[in-house]
Amino acid sequence: MAHVALRSVRKSYSEKEILKGISMDIQRGELISIVGPSGSGKTTLLRIIDGLVPPDSGEIRIDGNRLTKENAPTIRARVGMVFQKPLLFDASVYDNVALSLKFRGVPNDLIRKKVEEALDLVKLKDLAKRNALTLSGGEAQRVALARTLVYDPDLILLDEPTANLDPANVQIIERALTKANVEMKTVVLVTHNIFQARRIAKRVALLLDGAVIEIQDTESFFNRPLDPRTRLFIDGDLVY
Amino acid sequence: MEGIGIFLEGISKAFGLILSSDPEILRITVLSLEVSMVATLVGAALGMPLGFLISSRSFHGRSLVVAIINTFMGVPPVVVGLVVYLLLSSSGPLGFLRILYTPQAMILAQALLTFPVVCGLTISSILALDPSLKETLKSLSAPRLWEAAILLKEIRVGLITALIAAFGAAISEVGAIMMVGGNILGYTRALTTAIMLYTNTGEFALAIALGIILLILSFAVNLTLTIIQMKYRKRR
Ligand SMILES: Nc1ncnc2c1ncn2[C@@H]1O[C@H](COP(=O)(O)OP(=O)(O)O)[C@@H](O)[C@H]1O
Ligand SMILES: [Mg+2]
Repeated sequence: MAHVALRSVRKSYSEKEILKGISMDIQRGELISIVGPSGSGKTTLLRIIDGLVPPDSGEIRIDGNRLTKENAPTIRARVGMVFQKPLLFDASVYDNVALSLKFRGVPNDLIRKKVEEALDLVKLKDLAKRNALTLSGGEAQRVALARTLVYDPDLILLDEPTANLDPANVQIIERALTKANVEMKTVVLVTHNIFQARRIAKRVALLLDGAVIEIQDTESFFNRPLDPRTRLFIDGDLVY
Repeated sequence: MEGIGIFLEGISKAFGLILSSDPEILRITVLSLEVSMVATLVGAALGMPLGFLISSRSFHGRSLVVAIINTFMGVPPVVVGLVVYLLLSSSGPLGFLRILYTPQAMILAQALLTFPVVCGLTISSILALDPSLKETLKSLSAPRLWEAAILLKEIRVGLITALIAAFGAAISEVGAIMMVGGNILGYTRALTTAIMLYTNTGEFALAIALGIILLILSFAVNLTLTIIQMKYRKRR
């Protein structure tokens, strides 16, 4: 059974159809990258998978359970989402990460251990006491990743987590994702950086104008694309 | 009358009164402070939760409700005084309470003034928050109480502004407490109603002295709140 199964997912915003019937399966433990030009519907798709917005039609199944308004909170508890623009709380780095566990009623001594591990993973141990609002963009994004990884979600959704970050930050984030994936967590990485997709994804999907026009293993996606527009997108020649 | 002379006399009288701690002036000052502080706290205790509720749920007619609250932020105190007077008068629906012309009636009237101020400013603080804050909390599976606690923390500077504005509205108004308190010497006479009285009786220097005491009082309370506000502002 697929970890995430999408069937004919449609979504419109004020008459304009943003997602035009998306169907795809994401297997457990897979690291899949969704690429596509800006405005193609990537963020909307992630928000729908996280149950933050309902689709207009179609269905989403997580571990075989159909995602509905009623069970979204239960399903979402095992899903992690890292937004493109991380919104951290006005508190220390440590507390920002600890909150995810406090929300889940985890006992304090366990919280300390888990938060330290998570901060270590994104190389932020030294900044634990700093107010999160004083961090640089890259550090803030790493806190956002840590506060998601800290509660051990089975499914991690990331929305262009490394956009506008310098190589050092990108590397820390990519390593943390690869490690999570090795631990059999399913990772859905939205990015418009095709090099990043090529580096770490096992499979790549191209979203164009609200439709998945290509979905293949990474090697085939880049070397033997089935749709001519994929080639254009890879070469940076796609005009949109 | 020579304005400047009276003004200067008022200033020296003010300091004389403060230094001599005239018992009547002290009583008037303490009553003003007590009534307005309690009214601010009562208004806040009701206005903050209601503002929170209104801004965290979308429902039919919400804009209308918010517009009404915003209108009441600027309601003339005499109108509130009149309404409370009619409610508390012996033939009014709350006449059985027998609190007309008492400090309790003054607190009630001022609380009706501070309540919309706190409520309206709480609502605008929450509406000004980044909408992704709520989405982030939802995505992280924050339980309702945690969500409320974090939102409260994010708007704490706005909440202190609400307290400052509400206290300012209460301590400075005269219309409402005059109507429901009656300006009774030694019982319901407050700084503003005393200033009105002394102005009417031509005791300008005394009126100015009380005005200065009012300003100093207001300044002390605002300074305290502002220090707290600065301490808790965001470090961005
Ligand atoms: N809440 C919304 N209301 C109206 N339009 C929206 C909303 N969210 C997204 N859109 C529109 O949907 C389209 C796709 O947006 P998005 O999913 O953010 O694309 P991407 O992440 O691929 O850049 C854009 O044209 C955007 O303006
Ligand atoms: Mg996007």
